[in-house]
Formats: sequence, C-alpha cells, structure tokens
Amino acid sequence: MTKSAIKRLFSGPFLAFILCGTLVPLVVIAFYGFTDRSGAFTLDNIMAIAGGHHAQALGLSLALALISTLICLLLAFPLGLILKDSKIGKKGFMVFVFILPMWMNFLLRTMAWQVLLEKNGIINIALKSLGLPLLDIINTPAAVVLGMVYDYLPFMVLPIYNALIKIDHSLIEAAYDLGAGKGLVLRKVLIPLSVPGIVSGITMVFVPSLTTFAISTMLGGGKVNLIGNIIEQEFTVSSNWNLGAGLSLVMMIFIVISMALIEKFDREGEGSMI
Amino acid sequence: MTKKSRRTASAFGKGLYLTLILLFLYLPIFTLMVLSFNDGKTMSRWTGFSLRWYEEMFASRTIMEALGNTLTIAFWAATAATVVGLLACIGMSAMKDRSRLVLMGINNIPLLNADIVTGISIMMTFIVCGISLNYGTVLFSHITFCIPYVILSVMPKFKQLESHTYEAALDLGASPVYAFFKVVMPDIMPGVVSGFLLSFTMSVDDFVITHFTRGAGINTLSTLIYSQVKVGIRPTLYALSTVIFVLVLVVLVIVNILSNRKEEN
Repeated sequence: MTKSAIKRLFSGPFLAFILCGTLVPLVVIAFYGFTDRSGAFTLDNIMAIAGGHHAQALGLSLALALISTLICLLLAFPLGLILKDSKIGKKGFMVFVFILPMWMNFLLRTMAWQVLLEKNGIINIALKSLGLPLLDIINTPAAVVLGMVYDYLPFMVLPIYNALIKIDHSLIEAAYDLGAGKGLVLRKVLIPLSVPGIVSGITMVFVPSLTTFAISTMLGGGKVNLIGNIIEQEFTVSSNWNLGAGLSLVMMIFIVISMALIEKFDREGEGSMI
Repeated sequence: MTKKSRRTASAFGKGLYLTLILLFLYLPIFTLMVLSFNDGKTMSRWTGFSLRWYEEMFASRTIMEALGNTLTIAFWAATAATVVGLLACIGMSAMKDRSRLVLMGINNIPLLNADIVTGISIMMTFIVCGISLNYGTVLFSHITFCIPYVILSVMPKFKQLESHTYEAALDLGASPVYAFFKVVMPDIMPGVVSGFLLSFTMSVDDFVITHFTRGAGINTLSTLIYSQVKVGIRPTLYALSTVIFVLVLVVLVIVNILSNRKEEN
C-alpha cells in the first residue's frame, strides 16, 4: 500500500459518520416521505402541503421568516457601519458586547420575552403605571417575529460587520475624493462590497426562522402554527411519520430554493464573492 | 447647521442607535436577573430580595442532572468530533481534488440543512435500526453535527501547510508520527482548538436535534428549559439564566483577554 493510500484511510471514521449520520438518514426521511404506512409508494405526504392548514402554516412561516430577516438586516447594517467606524481600541469590546447574547441559550432568551410580553408582564405593568395603552402582542405572530429578531440578530450582525471591516479604506476615500456624497458611497461602495456578509447573514437568519418551532410555541402560545410546529407534532403527538417526513421534504425544497435565489442574487449583484 | 454641529448631531444619532439596540439586547436578560432575586413567585410584584430560587435551583436534581448531561455530552462530542475531523483532514489532504470536493460538499449538508430535518432524519434512522433513544443517540447526533465545524476550521490550516518541512523531517529520520506531532501539529493547532471550542458551544446550545434524538429519560438544559417553560413560569429558570449569563460573560472575557495578550506578544 502506498503512503498516500494509508493516509487516505485516516478519513475512514469521518466517512462512517457522514454515511450513518447524514446520508442514510436523508435516504430514510426520503423513503418515509414517499411511502404510506404500508410502505407503498405515494405522493400524498408531499401533496399534503397544499391542504388547508398545512399551506397556511407554510405561508405564515415564509412570511414571518421574511419579515424577521428583513428587520434583522435593516437593524444590523447601520450597526455594522457604526461599529466599523468606532475607534480601534474600543472596536473589539463593542463587537463583543453586541455578539455576547448569542452565547446564551436561545430558549432562555426567548423565555425572557415571554416574561416581558405577558398580559400582566413587565412591559404592561410599566405601561399601566404610565397610563399608556397596553401592549397585547403575546400569542400573536408579532410576538413570534420579535422573538426571531431578538434570537437571530447577532447572526446577521457578525457576518455583515466582518464584511464591512474587510473593505479597503482607501476605496472609500477615493470615492469621496472623486466627489461622491455619503449616499453614493453607501450605494456604490459599502453595500456592494459587503454583499457576501449580507448573503450569509440572510441565510443564517432566514433558515432557522423558517423552520423554528420553539419560538412559536413559547411566544405564540399554541395559537401561531408554523410549518415547524406541524412537523414536530407529526412526530411527537400524532406520530404520523410519513406525513411529517413528507412535509420536511417540502420544507427542504424551500430552503434549497431560497439558497439558490440568494446565490443568484449574489452573483448578479457585483459578483463580489471572494 | 454648521459643519461641527452636524458632526455632533451625527455622533449623537449613532450613540442613540447603539444604545437602543443594546437596550433591546440586554433589557430582557437583565429583567430575568432582577426577577431571579425576587422572593415571591409572581413577577408582577417585588416582594423582597431572596436567594431562594438559587437554593432551589442548586438543590434540584433534574436541573443538576440536565446540566451534567449538557456538559458531558458537549465535552465528549467536541472531543470525538475533533479527533474524527482532524483524521479526516489528514486523509482528505492525500486525496485527489475531486473526491475531496465531493466530501467537503457532503460535509456542508448538516450546516446548511435545517436542524429540525437533521434531528428528525437521525431519529428515524435510529428507530428503523431498532436502536432505542438514549444518551448515546444524543451523543452520536452531536458528534455528527460537530464534525463539519472541526473540518471547516482545520482544513484551511492544512492548505496553508508547508509540505516540505514535513518531508524534511522524514528525510532527517523522523518517523511519520513523530514528524506529524513535531512539525505539522503546531501549525494546525489554532484550527484544532477553534474547531473544538466551536463544537463545544454548538453542542451546549443545541436544542432541536437533542429534542428529537433523546429518549424520554434524559434531558439536557435546553430540553429541560423547553419542557418547563411550556408548563408555566419558573423562577428557578430565571436563576439558571442569570448563572449561565454570568458564566458566559466571565469565560468570554477571560478568552478575550488571553487572546489579546497573545497578539501583543
């Protein structure tokens, strides 16, 4: 056996893990998705997505995921710009402060919003004592969006900041020297050059928002049914694996489509992927 | 407006923006911290300072068991993933470009796929194979989703490696194993360490995959929190989140200081 053949053997355990932990499970979920309880081939589990409350849940999930991704982007980009311009000595600390919550368990962070938003929660007590109208968004889609934005905002901030910080400062100065105003520099230099960061931020917020079931359970109080909740219930409550697997496959299709769209958009917009 | 006053106005606007986002990020966490010291069970009234929720938390067997499971699973998953990932990088660096690209592509699947799909598919595979869900199945799933992080941190270091130094060591009579540990290992060590730490954090933070691959008997902190929050408000969880926040803060500050000192040297 040659030396490099021996070396290649080292990836054996890895191959075993991708086989048993990634590839075989994908085959299993696909098998269940395309068969019925007796094991006969069927497309019913896939087509079930078109049925009333499934389609509604998928639509709601897509809408909420889009809204929260957009809000995260709108909050994170200015933040990234400000952090990029902050003084060198302070920079590390500032970024640290904005990323820190990411390291705390997201269920605890979601629970915090539950406590704040309750009908008799902290926010409403404060509003009542000020004589202001009460905030009644717990158990509504608005609360779920709030939870998503809160939980996933750092995932948007970090890649955007990393992309902005890599931009060569002389490019920005050159644009100013050539007479560009602030808006033009933003449109023609800063945004195009940070597209890779924006794209990875979008995927890191959109995919978990689209597929979550914990946030919608905790802040939606069982009244906001996302596609994640429906799939989870098929496995834990109704134990209809075939339907759950079929709906999961549909959800995967949406993830793949959104990634393809993002990639395409990224390539058209400047092709600045490095 | 003069140029100077415009500049102060813009600095003020930036400061305000940063403050608002900081409030948004930290007010919820600080609210939990304050409530964790509240004597009463209701959160709407402050009934006096007390440490009873902390005592209850440390006395709770379920919480302590879940904490133990979280930490041991994270440690073993990160260790196993680091070893498997490192071996995989050694193996892949000897492969043809095409097979390496295919493997790297498959390696990305768990990263890109939704956690819920990963969790469900692994759970179904276990049950189809007749393996009952327990601590071991959770550990296996965690190793599976940690390996990609290790490979993504270690592989770039392998690409930067100077292959001549390793060959020179062999020519000078070092055995391959000795040469690997003396010559290659020091260069890839930063990647190995960050792969381990990344895996550890990902494992501690995971909820979805654990939720599906654990049996009825075992809990990690994430799954315990989820099941308790669904039932109702638990002040012991406020205490727990305060402890976790302070721990995370301390660890990250120490890591930051250490890495800053290293850079200065």
